[in-house]
Amino acid sequence: MNGFSWDWAFAWEVLPMILSAAKVTLLATLLGSIFAIFMGLVFALLRRSPSRILRNSIYWLVEFIRSTPLLVQIFFLYYVMPEFGISMSPLMTGVFALGLHYGAYLSEVFRSGIDGIEKGQWEAARALNLTTIDTYKDIVLPQAIRPMIPATGNYIIAMFKETPQLSAITLLEMLQVAKIIGSENFRYLEPFTLVGILYLVFSIVAAFGIHQVEKRFPKEGFTLK
Amino acid sequence: MEFGEIVSVLLQGAVVTIKIVAMALPLAAVMAFIFGLIRLYSPAPFKQIAIFYIEFFRGTSALIQLYWIYFVLPFFGITIDAMTAAVVALGLNIGAYGTEVVRGAVQSVPKGQYEASIALNFTARQRVWRIILPQALVNMIPPFGNLAIELVKATSLVSLITIGDLTFKAKSLADTTLQVGEIFGVVLLLYFIMSQALALLFKLLEKRLSKGLGRGGIN
Repeated sequence: MNGFSWDWAFAWEVLPMILSAAKVTLLATLLGSIFAIFMGLVFALLRRSPSRILRNSIYWLVEFIRSTPLLVQIFFLYYVMPEFGISMSPLMTGVFALGLHYGAYLSEVFRSGIDGIEKGQWEAARALNLTTIDTYKDIVLPQAIRPMIPATGNYIIAMFKETPQLSAITLLEMLQVAKIIGSENFRYLEPFTLVGILYLVFSIVAAFGIHQVEKRFPKEGFTLK
Repeated sequence: MEFGEIVSVLLQGAVVTIKIVAMALPLAAVMAFIFGLIRLYSPAPFKQIAIFYIEFFRGTSALIQLYWIYFVLPFFGITIDAMTAAVVALGLNIGAYGTEVVRGAVQSVPKGQYEASIALNFTARQRVWRIILPQALVNMIPPFGNLAIELVKATSLVSLITIGDLTFKAKSLADTTLQVGEIFGVVLLLYFIMSQALALLFKLLEKRLSKGLGRGGIN
């Protein structure tokens, strides 16, 4: 085996396999970010609840999730949840772990976005006798969303780059497929390099896309209907 | 297996994790300073190299970098043991994020400080080392603290190249004893303690370094 030089034939041969695994990676990222945004909103709103005990426990929960490794959280969900009778496929476990982990990060983004709304807006909503739900839905969130887009986008890209960790619970995403190809052919150079390049390309495209979304988003907000 | 035994095995793993952090953190700091300063002050070819390093390590996953260094480098005749691969990969990865911290902190030093040091006829070297960096250093501490926590978390990846760190011990204990709840619960708690301890350390460091810089107004 000549391992010293790049083998184009081998690279072209393995590229389709890696690209088809990219679908799993992208699916995990997509579902993970939807769940993360949902969890982030839940955490952020609970941090504003009138109950002090609830606020403090959510603070420590978020702090705990943020300061422990994603990989251990993945293992925890994968091995411990079945003890409570909840068995999930590797993909669903991964989606939950990614969503919970990045939901904790996003809650800080959402919290500061909501805190960034001027006090006068809250007071006006109160003066107009809007309900709490209407205040959030029609006044606060439409103004808060645009400034949240860049940070949220960065966390979603970060999440995308952490999906290889799902290979540890046997999910056949890009890196796992590359590793299997590598060990079957005793050549790791091409598969791992291709995966690296693909991640780089996807990240750059995603960063550009987020920038476009932010630019297109109306500055004055929009009404949630 | 008894709970005490589980904890003692896990603590052995935690020692390995701490060792990796202790080696990778200085490497990351050195990389962050070197490439951060090159990025800021160096002429064209070096600057491009720095940008390539930063974008490459920030744009791909830490796990891919770890695998690349561990599995691919031997093909080029560079065989390194798992521990070195882990320290190098994590150090370079966190270091790349650190360059942005260095850059941001240096740029946050008020412009008047540059102008004053030029007016006082300091050389370029004196300006950077005696005026700008001492002030920038304080601004770097909080984001570096966050990166240090990211490093602690990232060390769990080394378990996937067979290093016996905390995560590795947990995984192998879980496979043999099946007491998964206790094991992963303790492991999460140990990581949490390590991260919080590091955060506290950086807070103390920030307090220490900001002394005498006239921060927060005159008392």
